[in-house]
Amino acid sequence: MNMVQALNSALDVKLEDDPDILTFGEDVGYFGGVFRVTDKLQEKYGLTRCFDTPISEGGIVATAIGMGAYGLRPVVEIQFADYILPAFDQLVSEAARLRYRSNGEFWAPITVRVPYGGGIFGGQTHSQSPEALFAHVVGLKSVIPSNPYDAKGLLISAIEDDDPVIFFEPKRLYNGLFEGRPDDPVKPWKDHPLADVPEDVYRIPLGKARMVREGADVTVLAYGTMVHVALSAIEECGIDAELIDLRSIVPLDIDAIVESVQRTGRCVIAHEASRYGGFGGELSALVQERCFHHLRAPIERVAGWDTPYPHAFEWDYFPGPQRVIDAMQRTQEV
Amino acid sequence: MKNTAELSLYVPEPSGRPGDEPDFSNVPLQDAGEQRCPDTLTPEIELRDMPYGLVRVLDDDGKAVGPWAPDLSTDHLMRGLDAMVRTRIFDDRMFRANRQGKTSFYMKSTGEEAIGAAQSLCLGERDMCFPTYRILSWLMARDYPMTALGNQIFSNAEDPLKGRQLPVLYSARDYGFYSISGNLGSRLGHAVGWAMASAYRHDDSIALGYVGEGTTAEGNVHEALTFAGVYRAPVILCITNNQWAISSFSGIAGGNRTTFAAKALAYGIPGLRVDGNDFLAIHAATDWARERALGNKGATLIELVTYRAAAHSSSDDPTRYRPKGESEAWPLGDPVERLKQHLIQRGDLTEDGYTDLHEDCEKRVRAAIREAEAVGTLGQSKPSVKAMFEEVFKEPDWRQIEQRRELGY
Repeated sequence: MNMVQALNSALDVKLEDDPDILTFGEDVGYFGGVFRVTDKLQEKYGLTRCFDTPISEGGIVATAIGMGAYGLRPVVEIQFADYILPAFDQLVSEAARLRYRSNGEFWAPITVRVPYGGGIFGGQTHSQSPEALFAHVVGLKSVIPSNPYDAKGLLISAIEDDDPVIFFEPKRLYNGLFEGRPDDPVKPWKDHPLADVPEDVYRIPLGKARMVREGADVTVLAYGTMVHVALSAIEECGIDAELIDLRSIVPLDIDAIVESVQRTGRCVIAHEASRYGGFGGELSALVQERCFHHLRAPIERVAGWDTPYPHAFEWDYFPGPQRVIDAMQRTQEV
Repeated sequence: MKNTAELSLYVPEPSGRPGDEPDFSNVPLQDAGEQRCPDTLTPEIELRDMPYGLVRVLDDDGKAVGPWAPDLSTDHLMRGLDAMVRTRIFDDRMFRANRQGKTSFYMKSTGEEAIGAAQSLCLGERDMCFPTYRILSWLMARDYPMTALGNQIFSNAEDPLKGRQLPVLYSARDYGFYSISGNLGSRLGHAVGWAMASAYRHDDSIALGYVGEGTTAEGNVHEALTFAGVYRAPVILCITNNQWAISSFSGIAGGNRTTFAAKALAYGIPGLRVDGNDFLAIHAATDWARERALGNKGATLIELVTYRAAAHSSSDDPTRYRPKGESEAWPLGDPVERLKQHLIQRGDLTEDGYTDLHEDCEKRVRAAIREAEAVGTLGQSKPSVKAMFEEVFKEPDWRQIEQRRELGY
């Protein structure tokens, strides 16, 4: 399965499984979503379990919170991460704090699916990676799969989770592998081992990173599309790097990070989002706090530049494999 | 004719400021009993005059008149009166407690007590209200323990919300009372979602959400109304129009151009404009909307026309921005007085009987607050600091666990 099919399969098995689950968002009903993630679900489960909403991200999330407080388990789609900001107040002031402020009387077991990231020539309104905005909010979980197998297992865990989860889907990976080399032909998922996705329910726990590649020289921390960019960079430059796919940034698998960096003594952090105030800053601080005496080189960050996401300069902006290679090499020079 | 006027920016101003005489001549009124009472299943298209009238039941003599007059038992009305009187006494005492430094913050609902009380008694146990911070009488009418209110307000060791929440931002699920937050309008959409969930499950419970008239300017109110209209959610959306949003008069939210109930027209749902100081009118209108919702006809918007007789909060001084004597000049009177007068008029209460009721209410409120004070007021007592780190998530992650240890708990 490609990632779209894997996500569709996760929704399908959960809708089948649990009548309290329903899914809605802009164009998700009859049409099956602009990226086809909810394809045929309305046909299969009926109008009340998979339906279209008004163009109102705030309304979508508010409604989901109310349903969640009642006892349902809604899964909503925000069409692009760039459009999630009208729902920011609902996520930050309501979903994230409802359990805490009501002393557990009410909670919001909602999943908010959000296609994010660049590489599709989407300009500033279809390319952003706003995960750091949400990671900073206590009470929200942020999950970011990098392949079809993880996408299904993580989405099922997110749906079953009793806390609000923002589920960032790297849209450049929906239909094929992307290694940050725009001139290469698209690699379909079907040849990838992690595209072998079981039809049934399975779960990947939130907060457990995946060891993509073991190595001795440097630890590379990445998530989403950047996992594949980093892997490609590692393969190209020949540095024996260890690559960790974080899978979720809240909860964060701090143990896996610390164990690896203490072993390699070097750390590169890669994300698409712009650098200043990005989640890489938090990762860098955590590594410094917990691995300082093991570090043999300054921590390196590879990220989008501190500009809005530009249309014509997509490949100047996007942190492609060469920038990852440069960063890894800098850690080796010390 | 060609319009040649020079453009000029218009900024609305209230009819009076400090030093002026109170003037409510701009508030559209209608006599008790005048507004028609359509069948609850009437198509919305035949209800479009309703937002411009005013549903009133109690006339100047306290008599229940007209087609909206509900058939309510003496016991029911007395419960309402008891809740309203206790709300007022409790508010006064807690406002003083704030001045004495026993709590950091307080908000009174003086002048608006009929709203929560009537709607609480009208709706069922399984219905859920999504309150603002001025709906205390809902809890009073359902006999929520006043000591627990005190404990919450004092943030003491027995605070049911474990010291995490600003005073008066209660949560009481078993009493049909959703968690309040200080963000305005952000729970109106939750009420709609709750109602949609109830409909999805073929349940028979409905939701009721509140915003103030000032908050109708927030985008989230428009979003909630849109969803309520689109999905025919079994929800009652209430705008408590108490004329003032801190120092901004209702005209700053658009109240001079049209009624707040008329906002319903654009969403294709019925809008009722109701005397918010008339317990019987509120009860009747709520019951109408409830029946309509349970008949699968969807949402109703109710504007409750009232007056915020007290300050916005303990941090506010309304003498600095509104005319003196406005409260007394308010044309819809005082909700407690009007219900009391009605009960006397019915022959169910005497002045002496009311004095006894008031004394009894005072005694109960005093005893409850004393009990809460005995646990401790702000700073004297607080819940375990451990609670600060709990329920951030269902299960804490390593951050809460590490930080709790770091703090020594």
